[in-house]
Amino acid sequence: MKNIDSYTHTRGESIYLDDVPLTQGTLFGAIFGSPAAHGKIKKLDLSAAMASEGVVRIFTWKDIPGVNQIGGIVPDEPLFAEDIVDFNGMPVAFVVATSVEHAQAAIKKIIIEIDPLTVVTDPRVARQNNSLIVPPRTFRLGDSDAAFKDCVHVVEGIAETNGQEHLYIETQGAYALPQEHGAIKVISSTQGPTAVQRHMAKVLGVPMHQLEIDVTRLGGGFGGKEDQATSWAIFCALAAYHLKKPVKYSLHRMEDMRMTGKRNPYSSDFRIGLDAELNILAYEATFHQNAGAAADLSPAVLERTLFHCTNSYFIPNVTATAYSCRTNLPPNTAFRGFGGPQGMFVIEAAIAKAAEKIGVSAFEIQQKNLIKSGDEFPYGQLAVSEALPCWNRSLSLFDHAKKKKEIEKFNAENILYKKGMSMMPICFGISFTKILMNQARALVHVYMDGSVNVSTGAVEMGQGVNTKMLQVASTIFSIDPAKVKMNSTSTFRVANTSPSAASATADLNGKAVQIACNNILDRMKTVAADILKCSATEVSIKNEIVHVNDAATEISWDFLVLESYLRRISLSESGHYATPDIHFDASKEKGHPFAYHVYGTAITEVTVDCLRGTYKIDAVNVVHDFGTTMNALIDRGQIEGGIVQGIGWMTMEEIVYDEAGRLRSNTLSTYKVPDIYSVPQMLEIDFLETKNDNLAIFRSKAVGEPPLMYGIGTFFALRNAVKAFNPKSSIGFSAPMTPEKVLMGLYDK
Amino acid sequence: MIKFILNDVEIKTDLKPGMLLLDLIRYNQQLTGTKIGCREGDCGACTVLVGEIKNGHLEYSTATSCLMAIGNACGKHIVTIEGINIDGLNAIQEAFAKEGATQCGFCTPGFIVSLAGFSLDKSTPTYERSIDAMNGNICRCTGYKSIERAAKNFTEILGQRSTQEPVEFAVDNRIIPAYFLKIKERLLKLNGQDTQSATAGNKFLGGGTDLYVQQHDTMPGEAIGFLFDKTELKGINQYDDVCEIGGAATVADIAVSPVFQKYFPALKEYIELVSSTQIRNMATVAGNFTNASPIGDLTIIFLALDAKLTLNDGAQKRTISLRSFYKGYKQLDKKADEFIEKISFVLPAETDRFNFEKVSKRTHLDIASVNSAIKISMEGNVVSSASISAGGVGPIPAWLSNGSAFLTGKEITPENIEELLKIVQSEISPISDARGSEAYKRLLLSQLIKAHFIKSFPALPIQNLLHG
Repeated sequence: MKNIDSYTHTRGESIYLDDVPLTQGTLFGAIFGSPAAHGKIKKLDLSAAMASEGVVRIFTWKDIPGVNQIGGIVPDEPLFAEDIVDFNGMPVAFVVATSVEHAQAAIKKIIIEIDPLTVVTDPRVARQNNSLIVPPRTFRLGDSDAAFKDCVHVVEGIAETNGQEHLYIETQGAYALPQEHGAIKVISSTQGPTAVQRHMAKVLGVPMHQLEIDVTRLGGGFGGKEDQATSWAIFCALAAYHLKKPVKYSLHRMEDMRMTGKRNPYSSDFRIGLDAELNILAYEATFHQNAGAAADLSPAVLERTLFHCTNSYFIPNVTATAYSCRTNLPPNTAFRGFGGPQGMFVIEAAIAKAAEKIGVSAFEIQQKNLIKSGDEFPYGQLAVSEALPCWNRSLSLFDHAKKKKEIEKFNAENILYKKGMSMMPICFGISFTKILMNQARALVHVYMDGSVNVSTGAVEMGQGVNTKMLQVASTIFSIDPAKVKMNSTSTFRVANTSPSAASATADLNGKAVQIACNNILDRMKTVAADILKCSATEVSIKNEIVHVNDAATEISWDFLVLESYLRRISLSESGHYATPDIHFDASKEKGHPFAYHVYGTAITEVTVDCLRGTYKIDAVNVVHDFGTTMNALIDRGQIEGGIVQGIGWMTMEEIVYDEAGRLRSNTLSTYKVPDIYSVPQMLEIDFLETKNDNLAIFRSKAVGEPPLMYGIGTFFALRNAVKAFNPKSSIGFSAPMTPEKVLMGLYDK
Repeated sequence: MIKFILNDVEIKTDLKPGMLLLDLIRYNQQLTGTKIGCREGDCGACTVLVGEIKNGHLEYSTATSCLMAIGNACGKHIVTIEGINIDGLNAIQEAFAKEGATQCGFCTPGFIVSLAGFSLDKSTPTYERSIDAMNGNICRCTGYKSIERAAKNFTEILGQRSTQEPVEFAVDNRIIPAYFLKIKERLLKLNGQDTQSATAGNKFLGGGTDLYVQQHDTMPGEAIGFLFDKTELKGINQYDDVCEIGGAATVADIAVSPVFQKYFPALKEYIELVSSTQIRNMATVAGNFTNASPIGDLTIIFLALDAKLTLNDGAQKRTISLRSFYKGYKQLDKKADEFIEKISFVLPAETDRFNFEKVSKRTHLDIASVNSAIKISMEGNVVSSASISAGGVGPIPAWLSNGSAFLTGKEITPENIEELLKIVQSEISPISDARGSEAYKRLLLSQLIKAHFIKSFPALPIQNLLHG
């Protein structure tokens, strides 16, 4: 089934935040962000800005009726800076004016004086200063200290991954519209409407029931609008609260890039031990997460790094410790993969380094240690593994042995160009690691004419979740998809939602839709049984026709709906779903946190231009564990998009902060994401259909985040190509592998 | 008064000619299908079609409306996504929907408009050209593979065009609406009128692709001297061995110029490294010189070619060498009331070698970390004259005078190249920035100079050069 939005998307008729027709009298906001990354505000002079043309009012923390706090996990993030600024771009004042131009002009007239304090941008320095967001956490399995003594090969090193700008093409923004009785409706470009509502209620000092957060769709999110959409919505709501006027703020790209957090950079230490047969016996990792100036979601990101620190491998003895380090960067945040990729990169680096030392290929170590069903993850859950089926199928389907030979031949024959190949198995756990978030609700109305209206807590941001929700409803009811309409996501229709994140949105909300539809259907079947003088258990609906014991009757869906209404049977239902069987004890760091895991293997081939240090990605061939896909078109799109985003993170996407904490890569001309020429020339995806039962909706496994991690393979393929040219190169494990790092690696002496 | 046709509506407005077309489209005309992603021409979400009469033909190209002043739209046909919608999905939209080539949808109208531009181009519609048409469009969701498949399917439709006029074919095949058939006539009528308010300003504006990035706040209010559509500044002509380029000639004009194609056989490779299709349609060569970026691609090419500039202040003209145009970082030998009227250079002789190299973080639509061009004239085995330029290695686009002088009278040997590299290293002063560290830029320039020789002198022993 095609994406239900494809018609309006391709015609430019889909409505995003900045496309909402303006209500008369709308005012426009703009944030004045701190020009310094750390310091004490000595003076803030708003007088010239206030006198600037078109300015209505300028808000600061002093205008907050409730509390000046938006920290989600840890209350350490003021909405506005009070005395201290913690990062460059930290909101200090919100200018509201009669036009965008007037607001932007006034920003430039604000005078601020800041007594500088020491700026820290390096997470290791922050750890030395004991400047941590939360206490460090350690996951343990077996006894790594003891196991290292039995190892024949022990290798240690450092692995680093830089941040990543989300670069949703639609920037952050919100539009607040005052309603009667002090209520406010906010149109927000957020993945987490409830998070916006909850924090807004606290800042404004009003009950949550006064605040409707409504989201039609996002022009991309990728995690960047999970927690970080909140502040813009609250700024607008705060101004609307005081001025009783609609207030809108749609960020300029440079404001967005400067003021919002990104994927957490990590600097990590690893130590890996193997026996003579290449079994990994022991693994130690210490992760230094660059959290930025406030917790945001970093503690949860950190947790997922630990969950995925052994990727798709079974290692019997593991000690992994993670530090969330406070620095003077914008608070870093969720980004597709949510700490998982950062953890996986380190184990892959450790394996690559061990392979080099032992004199084997990483392939051999990877293959030898793939996790099998029944093996234990460091957090106690037992694997139901598809790792080997994916790996083996990728080898045969894509003829790995032949490709390896071809590459060796190419490298022997060519001087200017070298090829490299890598294997990247993945294993990604599905569920929010915070157990309570694994719940969802859906509201389904069947109207008396037989049409259906579905509301969920899921936010459509391009992942196709609304299409899948519509499929669930039309499948359960067995009606034409055209009979089902998806609503925008509103906190007034569905309450207490979890954000659209963790790849779990379709599972959680889909199951809630399924439950709601089934409950309505059960009542309708009772009506049908009464009409047809049979038992309700004998009734089914197929293609809008009521069947009894699989035999078609004269009764249509439309007729039965109307009849149910006439008999005063409820045709509405709120379905509630909470993932069963999951639990986690943080005091022991053990449990069964994931509903299931998604597996897969990618084979990546690259060619490096050894004269210029540039490169091409020839092929990424993937075998991916889909369970049983419910929408191959959408799922393929998620895999392709995830891979390319992962490749971007590993290659050209380079976030640059200077020592003063100022973002240098603050525009699209200085921060490059993949364009149409830079994607893999070949990108094959094989759908591994697995029959094992799982907790996914219609057994169609979650597909949002896992494919991003296939991109990690590109780093190692490039590194292998560099080594083919210069075997003595000391090129390390620091992503992204920019053309600069490649060239320096090629000619490293 | 500014007059142009927007979709099928004639716009007559007294809005400031420096206002951006994007703002007019979205906030004045409430056509919200054209999206804002970056406001600096780097994402393509705001792509529009620009139709104009050229030599009696209606020709369409694409442009990023975020960098286009409405003063540059005068007398033209501007088409947004709304302007190519028909009843039901058009053939491009159908291909996108079918292949799942739209996810969040925000970038999609830009891609569709770019492909509409491709469908109206008179060149043979190949798959490769369809991809080139979208090289200024960024999508963050799809990974482009579904977009490639959609483009492939759509190109097959265009493959049936044969000799039919592109506009007619596109109307007949449900690609664009029928009102396009009347546009030529309407534009001819419009062009007979005064479509633009006389602007006497000396804030000169070419295509705007740099000015509107650097000075986006102030440009809309400036008194602008519009150069882009001045007929006398158009054209690329050859007079004996001299080539003259008008001050308003665009990079796209260079790409299709028969003169350039004849004298620079690898022209396509060079042009592909310069920005994107949309930007090349707007950006002028002269603008690349005057924005004074130390890494302007065209600047580096024309430094090696020893181009001369004719500056005009409205009353007087003077001619100077491009090599002496740069006085310091962003400082030019140009008075405020002067604009570049003409660029001229001596075309390479048959025995001359020319090459351009560029490396950036992303190969396409990116600003160079380092770029370099070379022109070498040979007499037998000996260099009779050499000219090497390099960008990104100092405050101004550099002509490497010492290196160029050293090479004259030398044979091309690995030893001489090594010596040349040493000399070059002593005449550059790169700094570390977002485009690379100083050490990288130094190494990279050496590599690019080696690349010049490897490409120009295939007999050179590569192994020695690479590991020398």
